[in-house]
Amino acid sequence: MFTRETRELLFTFVLFVLLMVGVWLAQRYLNAYLVRIFNTACIYVIAAVAYNLVNGITGQFSLGPNGFMAIGGYTVALLMLPVVQKQEVYFLQPLIWPFNSFSFPPALFIFALLLGGLLAAGGAILIGFPTLRLRGDYLAIATFGFGEIIIVLANNLIPLTNGALGIKGIPEYTNLWWTVNWAFWTVFLVKNLVNSSFGRALKAIREDEVAAEAMGINLFRHKLLAFALSAFFAGVAGGLFVTLISTISPTLFTFSMTFNLLIIIVLGGLGSITGSTITAVLFAFLQELLREVEAPHVIGSWTFPGIPGMRMVVFSAILVILMIFYRRGLFGRQELSWQHVSRILWWGKRAHGGQS
Amino acid sequence: MKENTTILRVENLHVFYGGIHALKGISLEVQAGKIVALIGANGAGKSTALRTISGLVRPREGMVRFLDQDITGEASHRVVELGVVMVPEGRKIFPNLTVMENLFLGGYTRRDLEGIKKDLEWIFTLFPRLQERTWQKGGTLSGGEQQMLAVARALMSRPRLLMMDEPSLGLAPLLVREIFHIIEALNQQGVTILLIEQNAKAALEVAHYGYVLETGKIALQGEGKQLLSDERVRKAYLGED
Repeated sequence: MFTRETRELLFTFVLFVLLMVGVWLAQRYLNAYLVRIFNTACIYVIAAVAYNLVNGITGQFSLGPNGFMAIGGYTVALLMLPVVQKQEVYFLQPLIWPFNSFSFPPALFIFALLLGGLLAAGGAILIGFPTLRLRGDYLAIATFGFGEIIIVLANNLIPLTNGALGIKGIPEYTNLWWTVNWAFWTVFLVKNLVNSSFGRALKAIREDEVAAEAMGINLFRHKLLAFALSAFFAGVAGGLFVTLISTISPTLFTFSMTFNLLIIIVLGGLGSITGSTITAVLFAFLQELLREVEAPHVIGSWTFPGIPGMRMVVFSAILVILMIFYRRGLFGRQELSWQHVSRILWWGKRAHGGQS
Repeated sequence: MKENTTILRVENLHVFYGGIHALKGISLEVQAGKIVALIGANGAGKSTALRTISGLVRPREGMVRFLDQDITGEASHRVVELGVVMVPEGRKIFPNLTVMENLFLGGYTRRDLEGIKKDLEWIFTLFPRLQERTWQKGGTLSGGEQQMLAVARALMSRPRLLMMDEPSLGLAPLLVREIFHIIEALNQQGVTILLIEQNAKAALEVAHYGYVLETGKIALQGEGKQLLSDERVRKAYLGED
């Protein structure tokens, strides 16, 4: 009755409405703790799906999302922190002009996020320009270095970042409406991008660079675009994160953030948007559930003191086990598309679905 | 395109890999509507010549002209846009993408959706096997099917010059014959082909003109049939005394 495209668009719209109803219900009935986990989960979804665009779809090994998230986070913090609060927070050295003299009203929060994303994308172009021309592991090394540089800058550019003390009292603008919407539209955009001819070219680059070049694909331009777009969403995720937890300091976006995201995309399957989305949510919840292993325990007459950081050991163990027994991750490169869903529900009897 | 117009002209090409002088001043021509073969032993520089024409390697000296443009050292995606398309050695299809995705990638530089659809039909009449396998992943095809996919993928860009690097490599004798039939059939439909082969006999049988490459230099050239009967070629490449 409809063409496939309109039907899928309709499904997507229904899903969106359901999500919005879900958000409304969650805001009303869920406790603050659960809402907080859902918020974190959505932010992980944004960052992981964006990260997967570079590492999984285009096949370029980047280790930089923590740096891009930090850029976005600091940008949003500086733009949204009220002027009065700025004077209080920057007591070591005053904040430099022009940030000390203005702050965005709440209505401009979206622009702060977009600016954070754009600056992160700018950083990606800066680092991608010299390194994406080369083949091999240079990108991994350069992006790792970039992330470290950002952290060092955050620690030492005290008149801008307040150094190791960080910035406190950032207004908590982020709520489920923001995070769920950004997560939804990020997934929507990246999915459509991957299914476009541009996305096909990215996958071709992952498969075989020489063959992709022989097809007339401009390797450098495609890699740079994918990398910048990925950094944009990482920047937005960083901005959402700092306005969720109301504080930012250099320790928030260290390499362990990249490591978390790497766990998510590898567990979910490099190249699978569905995989990244689902494991990002799982990861956020597991991180909370596994707090148990870090707490002190009393078994009989024995008392085990809590070991901070034990969660990461568990995650690393899961990763090792998965790499041994299930190397391609939960989803491999498969996606859950509306075609699959309708086939499961016995609606469609399409013989050839193909991955989408 | 008019018969006998030269579309590709390579002049005095010198290519170095580090200190190795891989091509020592080769010159060759390809005329519209012809099959031109470039034969030679391993390491003679055949692939280097092709890679240089398609912009993957920069020459130190010499010139490559396509139609009326100087494409020496041009970026390879630009060369493809001009219509010089390569079927790379070892096929190099995209193994984790479907046959259909592989074909669409072949037409990546094109924007005319109608033309692409028409060419898809044309390609499926040439390679009916591929049509049966449109949703299969490229890597699951057999060697011969992969070679056909590689050729079909290159054709999707509507090349004005199709360059094939060792299309018979690693294929069973029967499939080699099939591939060369396809090459002839394509040529009869008006596709100009520059063919690189170690299988000198098969290549020279279909080629209108041939060049023999030896250690970076053109040692011999002539019409395909003529080269086949040339004593030196028979000795060196066909294993006859």
